[in-house]
Amino acid sequence: MKRNFADLHLRLNMKDPASASRIINKTAKLGYRLIAVPTTTETSQDETAKLQRICNEAKIDLATRIDIKPRTQNELTHQLRRLRRKFEVICVTCDNKEVARQAAKDHRVDLLNFPSTDFRRRFFDRAEAELAHKSLAALEVDVKPLLVLEGPARVRLLSSLRREIAIAREFHVPIVVSSGVSAEMQLRRPRELAALAFLYGLDEISALEAVSQNPMAIIKRNREKLNHRFVAPGIRIVKEGKDC
Amino acid sequence: MKRTKRRYLALQVDSDGAPTPKEFIDAVWSAVTKLYGEYGASQTGLALIDYNEGEKKAVIRAALATVNMVRTALASITSVANKEAAVQVIAVSGTIKALYENLR
Repeated sequence: MKRNFADLHLRLNMKDPASASRIINKTAKLGYRLIAVPTTTETSQDETAKLQRICNEAKIDLATRIDIKPRTQNELTHQLRRLRRKFEVICVTCDNKEVARQAAKDHRVDLLNFPSTDFRRRFFDRAEAELAHKSLAALEVDVKPLLVLEGPARVRLLSSLRREIAIAREFHVPIVVSSGVSAEMQLRRPRELAALAFLYGLDEISALEAVSQNPMAIIKRNREKLNHRFVAPGIRIVKEGKDC
Repeated sequence: MKRTKRRYLALQVDSDGAPTPKEFIDAVWSAVTKLYGEYGASQTGLALIDYNEGEKKAVIRAALATVNMVRTALASITSVANKEAAVQVIAVSGTIKALYENLR
């Protein structure tokens, strides 16, 4: 069966449509079927529409994504309440333990992301994994730091990522490997992205799932939930009107 | 002694300039040694088979057991001859003949 590959973390400069178009076209050429570009609450609808047009021309599916970086638990729940119905993917960058724990147990969070260079603020431990498993949140790992960092910093990153991935696999937390890149030259083919994931201790099948099945499952689930016919998991309106 | 099984990888170099074969293979060796050390690199059996400077396409050979290691190292290349670059694997095959047929 042919795999559909997705990159859920493509950082584009929305103010520069020419560069965004180049990167999106290259992503399509490299074999991705779906991309998600993180937006902020300040991103205008006009910019999003422009991005959608570029993706349509490149024949690549675009998923709406927002990255939030709350400072407190309350801020996180408030933002989730406000944004969940508007975006297909919600990623929480966990800056402190309080936020990390709340994000892991909240069903509205899709992806958990941790600062890649600050090793003291990577809170993905066994307790976090257990909560994430129950709420279906996935652990997102960007490969960009692997390409950018060198020497001891890269060694430390690899060691902490290997530990986190092992915990995630133990607790059956889905792993999503994304590029996290913003430049054309840093783009890699999906299989190369999976190859880089070998360094985190993933085997070939799990690495390929982390760039295809796992991100696609999140998008499919959320698109279904955002559909106006959705009532509850497993229940959807099939027909409405007076003749029902 | 058991014969070593090999794989041939066709590569596309994305770069601003046109690196020479030596610059390219140096970048590959450097990436492999950086990630896996000299001991790991010695197990890969890496060799440059063919390099087309015009099309920026290359064919390299690696031991079957280390293909994933080589793939990872190739993906980690960010520069060739001090110029920003990326190396993409286009095809992998067990024989050079099949590899060129795949590329056609």
